Amino acid sequence: MAPSSTVPVACHKAFAASPRPVTQNRVPILIVGAGMVGMTTALDLGRKGHRVVVLNKLDAIPVGSKAICFSKRTLDIWDRLGVGGRMVAKGVVWNVGKVFWGADPEPLLQFDMLPLKNQKMPGFINLQQYYAEEYLYDELCKLPNVELRWGHRATTLKAQSSGVIVGVETAEGAYEIEADWLIAADGHNSSIRRFMGLDFEGRVFEDNFLIADVKFDIQRPSERWFWFEPPWPGASALMHKQPDGVWRFDFQLGWNIDRKEAVKPENVEPFVRGMFGPDVKFTPVWYSIYTFQCRRMKRFVHGRVVFAGDSAHLVSPFGARGFNGGIADAENLAWKLDLVLKGLAPESLLESYNDEAIVTADENILNSSRATDFITPKNAASKALRDAVLELAKDHAFARPFINSGRLSTPVHYPQSLLNTPDAETWNSGVAPGSPALDAPIRGGWLLGRLGETFAILSTEPGAALTGDLPVRHLRVGGDILDDDGLVAQRYALEPGTTYLIRPDQYVAARWRGYDPRAILKALATAGGRPQ
Amino acid sequence: MSRLNLDVNLRDHDEIYAALVSMHDGLNEAESLRVSAKLTLLLANHIGDAQIVREAIRIARSSPQK
Repeated sequence: MAPSSTVPVACHKAFAASPRPVTQNRVPILIVGAGMVGMTTALDLGRKGHRVVVLNKLDAIPVGSKAICFSKRTLDIWDRLGVGGRMVAKGVVWNVGKVFWGADPEPLLQFDMLPLKNQKMPGFINLQQYYAEEYLYDELCKLPNVELRWGHRATTLKAQSSGVIVGVETAEGAYEIEADWLIAADGHNSSIRRFMGLDFEGRVFEDNFLIADVKFDIQRPSERWFWFEPPWPGASALMHKQPDGVWRFDFQLGWNIDRKEAVKPENVEPFVRGMFGPDVKFTPVWYSIYTFQCRRMKRFVHGRVVFAGDSAHLVSPFGARGFNGGIADAENLAWKLDLVLKGLAPESLLESYNDEAIVTADENILNSSRATDFITPKNAASKALRDAVLELAKDHAFARPFINSGRLSTPVHYPQSLLNTPDAETWNSGVAPGSPALDAPIRGGWLLGRLGETFAILSTEPGAALTGDLPVRHLRVGGDILDDDGLVAQRYALEPGTTYLIRPDQYVAARWRGYDPRAILKALATAGGRPQ
Repeated sequence: MSRLNLDVNLRDHDEIYAALVSMHDGLNEAESLRVSAKLTLLLANHIGDAQIVREAIRIARSSPQK
């Protein structure tokens, strides 16, 4: 994404370069890339007991203005992995977004990213990516079976049907590592993708955006604010509050600009002064310019090599679907690879990762592209339509849903997934197969906190002992789960007998109006890649 | 399943036509484009049926058949 900043930067946390191993045994899982997706995947698989080696080219966590908006789904995933609390404690919580046009201080539109209240996690937090990486790293340090190697760069790849051999460069010399599975979490310039001769397909956009992170003392609510045609330079502007008194601004600069000039501090400052007045005092933290793409690989699974995060797909940042899309990959992949490695599921289960991750990427690309087209119209007719929406929206509510300053990331649903068992009965509410479980307050905590790691049966009935080797936990509403506020019953449309089968990634696989062990086992086999 | 109505469904065609033309009085091209876009959005919302709107778009975009 962005080149280095014109404000001098350091690294957030430096590590000693990891030594070159003296001997190197074959490992079950090798992850290339210790960014947020690589580390989240390592954490999930590590907690499930697997030996994981993670290679990172750099020997530091760099600073920089990269991802900052982490969605509720991301926070739920991180909570399951034990880091959610730390992320929320440091982060700036926000749910409300406002959209302005021109100089009018009244917003044209306001939205709430947590329409369903009473859930543990908020709609969004803002947190600098380097803090998220630091906290993930700290959590990984607790797992002796996960080894993170700093300053180890993958330089060659031999992919075979039974695994991979990766050549690695270090400051102390080169070595080779063999692995059963390789997860390529090495970002948009993925070397693994390059080594395999694979590429992205999709659109590249030409508009330039200026990122300016500045530190100053202003009191504003913790809300996402977006301006179309603001009364200061730039065709649009976005403002986010971050921890440590840092504010993130994105200013739309347009096509065909001189990037080197535009990013000089003396050319950035007019934007900030335009917003806050000529006398505002602020400290620059980071300035850079970015363009973006909305593209993906055709396939994410190539034999024993699996792509996750930016290495597989790219989006424009409006809507915060980049990392939030990548962590969905991590979560979708980890439980499946876990079962495959334990011999509890066939390798073909990973084809469902390919399918579901592509559904997620396509939804993220579609939404990001459409937001980009609204924010940066490509021709006169498109601009006329965009401005028509804004003008009508001032006086007429019907036009407001057209306003697109970015459709913020929400969890993707998989109604067509082959892992689902379609409803046999008629449901008008509740959570459908292929949809993520909804959180609810329960006595002693939260519903989602009781799920995850294995399959779960959520039922009003007591469980019978099930045969089969896929680990399943039984949660009885009214026994294990005390639904004091009745929100579990409401959100899941519970009646006596209602039973849900939920996947280890907290997605619903099946549901019934009665508890039937045979139906459950059949649905479990389907969700585990062995349909009967 | 509703279909776009392509039969004669208005009266006073000359009056409506004149109103559509005079909607652009005094406007430059960019302003006209925007006003036409606003009219499209107003009417599309009134129709309220995405399928009908898409069918209208398809016909608007296509060339005469005969």
